[in-house]
Amino acid sequence: MIKNNYTSVIGLEIHIQLSTKSKAYSADENIYGANPNTKISPISLAYPGTLPSVNTKLIEYALKLGISLECDINKKNIFSRKNYFYADLPKGYQITQDKNPICKGGHLLIDLEDGSKKKINLTRIHMEEDAGKSIHDIDPYNSLIDLNRAGVPLLEIVTEPEIRSSFEAQSFVNEIRKIVRYLDICNGNMEEGSLRCDANVSVMKENDKDFGTKVEIKNMNSTRNIKKAIDFEIDRQIELIEQGKFIVQETRNFNALTNATNSMRTKERADDYRYFTEPDLQPLILDEKYIQSIANDLPLLPNELERKFKKEFDLSSYDIKLLIEDKGISDYFQKICKIIKNYKLVANFVNGPIKSFLNTNSVPIDKLPIDRKKIIALLSFVDNKKISISSAQQIIFPKLLNSDLEVIEIIEKNNLFFENDSIDLEEIISKVLEKYTQKVIEYNEGKIGLIGLFMGEIMKITKGKIDPKKINTELKKELEKRKK
Amino acid sequence: MKISNELISQLSKLAKLEFKEGDFFAIKNDLKKILAFIKVLDKLDVSDVEPLSHISTEINILREDLIIDYKCKKSAMTNSPIKDSDYFKVKKVIKKLDKR
Repeated sequence: MIKNNYTSVIGLEIHIQLSTKSKAYSADENIYGANPNTKISPISLAYPGTLPSVNTKLIEYALKLGISLECDINKKNIFSRKNYFYADLPKGYQITQDKNPICKGGHLLIDLEDGSKKKINLTRIHMEEDAGKSIHDIDPYNSLIDLNRAGVPLLEIVTEPEIRSSFEAQSFVNEIRKIVRYLDICNGNMEEGSLRCDANVSVMKENDKDFGTKVEIKNMNSTRNIKKAIDFEIDRQIELIEQGKFIVQETRNFNALTNATNSMRTKERADDYRYFTEPDLQPLILDEKYIQSIANDLPLLPNELERKFKKEFDLSSYDIKLLIEDKGISDYFQKICKIIKNYKLVANFVNGPIKSFLNTNSVPIDKLPIDRKKIIALLSFVDNKKISISSAQQIIFPKLLNSDLEVIEIIEKNNLFFENDSIDLEEIISKVLEKYTQKVIEYNEGKIGLIGLFMGEIMKITKGKIDPKKINTELKKELEKRKK
Repeated sequence: MKISNELISQLSKLAKLEFKEGDFFAIKNDLKKILAFIKVLDKLDVSDVEPLSHISTEINILREDLIIDYKCKKSAMTNSPIKDSDYFKVKKVIKKLDKR
């Protein structure tokens, strides 16, 4: 395949909107979805004579991310103006950082398809502010401008061009998203634009020394679309080169309906942003003590947590991945495991019914309408073999969601305790096997799938009153006896 | 520094100014004079002077993360020549997208 002769070279620029209460350089509220132009101030509207001042949280959040990604922290920060003209940028410039970003270098470990990890180096992370929002598709003659977003604090993360596939790009964004949510500095919501990603993509022949001409792709508002857009772009570029054509350096927009990228504007000459020092903001000098205090307050991050879970709980990589997707979930899991020592049971219950409820209702774990004590009570009944896991999942859990009943009340009302002593299991098994003599022969000849049929029959009769594991063991014994 | 017609047209684009082709000669001359005037500074030896980024020596002027509701939508909108009840309006600033 021709594609195999090419290497793709990808660098990402990720913007994260910080979840501060107020904006980066002014005190108007930073909130998504408010009525248009209600969260504005003379400063964010760039009225003459106004003076910006830096939000403490902007610095704190930048340091949190920078320290977590092991960047070099720049102690002397000055802000710069990046000048460009657009209707949703009232000042005519964006306050950003140019030559001395707050974080330099750093790296992130990402998951590869084969389960191994790859280190992606970062170029920089810098602080800046968002522009307002232009809406082009409502009024046929005009663009509508909403300035609520103007001045919202952003961190821009720039990677080295070390990403080699759309999968790696997607994995990188997933990992960044997880980390900013663990750090509680950004909600990571790509649909709302709280986390945005642009990709610089080029391709080169396997043995080439120089990178090919790069194309910037914008407007990929989900990690799935990032993968699709990059795949499309790689194919498009290889096809052009194979046809002997040139690749134009340009910005292309991803269209989620067609899964294609379309040309937005050509970058004939690099944009001239005329950066210069922002005279309205004084230098920011960070001392070691402050940086250290931020470092000391950091939570365990997903990669560290993954190692910890492997060591402490002895769970499969798959279980662990699910548990550490979200900080709320991993905290919850650890709290339950302080009491219930059957970690696999807890992992299954959290990743199973609890997560499925949260996903269906799109709520975080702290909105689960069941007290954690009740979940612990429920799981200890299962762990002590007093009730079956299926009763816990299918009967008790839904009832806990919809009532204030205690676990024990639900178990008693529905008669769910195992009654290992009062039921003659041996007799029931014999009856069922007699009913299916032909099937028993087939089973013993090798159709072992038939065990499901016997189990089902027995379970129907015992009505979940006997531990399925016990039934399974006894049933196998009986079947063994019937072997000639 | 060579002051070409291309430079003038690029600067006029960035400055959002429009010149007639016939004005280029005069503008080029003006710009040459301005640059020559500034060039006087090159005579100074500043090799051991750290660039000055700010006049004041104050540092770390920070603000707590607190919200102020300025309630200024109405007054801000009164300054806009085209608008509706919610939005500022400007002439369409995007080319028609491809048919979706």
